[in-house]
Amino acid sequence: MYVAVKGGEKAIANAHQWMADRRRGDREQPELDVDQIQQQLGLAVDRVMAEASLHDRELAALALKQASGDLVEAVFLLRAYRTTLPRLAETCPLDTGAMHIERRISATFKDVPGGQVLGPTYDYTHRLLDFMLLAEGEVPEADRAEASLEQCPQILDCLNAEGLIEQEVDDGSEPYDITRDPPDFPVDRATRLQMLARGDEGYLLALGYSTQRGYGRNHPFAGEIRQGAVEVEIEVEGFDGPLCIGEIMVTECQMINQFAGSREKAPQFTRGYGLAFGRNERKTMAMALVDRALRAEELGEPIQSPAQQAEFVLAHADSVEASGFVSHLKLPHYVDFQSELELLRRLRREHAARQTAPTTEQAADHPETAGTEEAAQ
Amino acid sequence: MTPTQRHRVLALTPYARLLSVWQTLGIHTDHRCVRGPDTGMAMVRGRMGGSGNAFNLGEMTVTRASVVLEDGSLGHGWVAGRNKPQAELIALIDACARQQAWARRIDSELVEPLAEALEEERQQASQAAAATRVDFFTMVRGE
Repeated sequence: MYVAVKGGEKAIANAHQWMADRRRGDREQPELDVDQIQQQLGLAVDRVMAEASLHDRELAALALKQASGDLVEAVFLLRAYRTTLPRLAETCPLDTGAMHIERRISATFKDVPGGQVLGPTYDYTHRLLDFMLLAEGEVPEADRAEASLEQCPQILDCLNAEGLIEQEVDDGSEPYDITRDPPDFPVDRATRLQMLARGDEGYLLALGYSTQRGYGRNHPFAGEIRQGAVEVEIEVEGFDGPLCIGEIMVTECQMINQFAGSREKAPQFTRGYGLAFGRNERKTMAMALVDRALRAEELGEPIQSPAQQAEFVLAHADSVEASGFVSHLKLPHYVDFQSELELLRRLRREHAARQTAPTTEQAADHPETAGTEEAAQ
Repeated sequence: MTPTQRHRVLALTPYARLLSVWQTLGIHTDHRCVRGPDTGMAMVRGRMGGSGNAFNLGEMTVTRASVVLEDGSLGHGWVAGRNKPQAELIALIDACARQQAWARRIDSELVEPLAEALEEERQQASQAAAATRVDFFTMVRGE
């Protein structure tokens, strides 16, 4: 028998009204608008877009406002909105080599063509709270050099020339899309990268860190990190070539890792790759570490550590799925719990009965008790 | 200028700027939408290692429109984001620019100046990046 119980509409409506009131806060303070969030909390906006797997800065800022700044809730909101839109096109693969660089660094070569370009970064700050930001003050504009940047070629291409590093060559294969068909483990690298790109940053960071601490060590160097705008192109009928529809900011990390080789192949550096919407450097570094760790099987390495286990890593990377399943514990489980209570009470009655009965007869006289214990286990 | 080259400039230009320059041209023609404007998503693809196999990075919002002019000629607009008037305006300019009568004016008075403005902005951003380029120098220790 299934009995539905209804109730709580009024309580829920009032709870939501209180939430909206709490979100607005002190009415003496000006209300935060979505443009301000887009402009002044840009890195939070970028993280929400990357993990929601939908690039739209305004909507990500709206989600942040609606969620009172709760990033995981904002990711959920934007991911849910995504399901209301039709898919109109697939883009041509982004040409990150043609990026309009705002930041580009290499930890492997000091003198790279184009140079080490720091861009807007928190690196090299002292992590001291800046009390000037408590007061209103003028912020000077960014300084400009007289000349613009030189060409910044992909640094790993320099190693390619000597054959010192694995080549990444396009074989033209169509990538699997987890938004169309659920992933079926084991999955290929394209699928893994799609799942990592939308994976929770904190989770990927922890896994990447675990590889550095020795759980699946792969000796990484940040070969190149670049950040900037890339033009997006799609194939459309009625035009003579791929059509540019705008540009988006992305961050890319090319990790160089220790060697692989075989009897036939000379040893070479291997690679891990990270790419994400927006300014998302920590995320792309973590992604590249985990991408490389998940290539263990392909590269003939022993799979011994959590970060190398694809199904474990990927099935738990999505914050929307993870928070959904954890949060569902808050929903009423009254009937489930009632049945557990009944079972527990019976076990305790039987336990008490055993305690009072003479111990020598117990095994022979109460065969059903043994059965109950088994059920409890 | 090819329709593809033109569309690139139109799609990269902020809507308010595109609209104000278009209005100064004084080209008036009736058009109607034959598709859209409608908003959806494009799946953005990346490449492993920047040059390898494609993979699906995530989606972006995109808006498209197709218009037809009175004489039956078509124009298309596709633009990142959710701005429907922007997609429709791009489609209208695309349609008009495919007409012999307007092509030259649209290219010289709209697309070229807008392309220059974009180039100027990129130049400035690049100069800001160049100001953060590290100049290494060697310190000699001990004499």
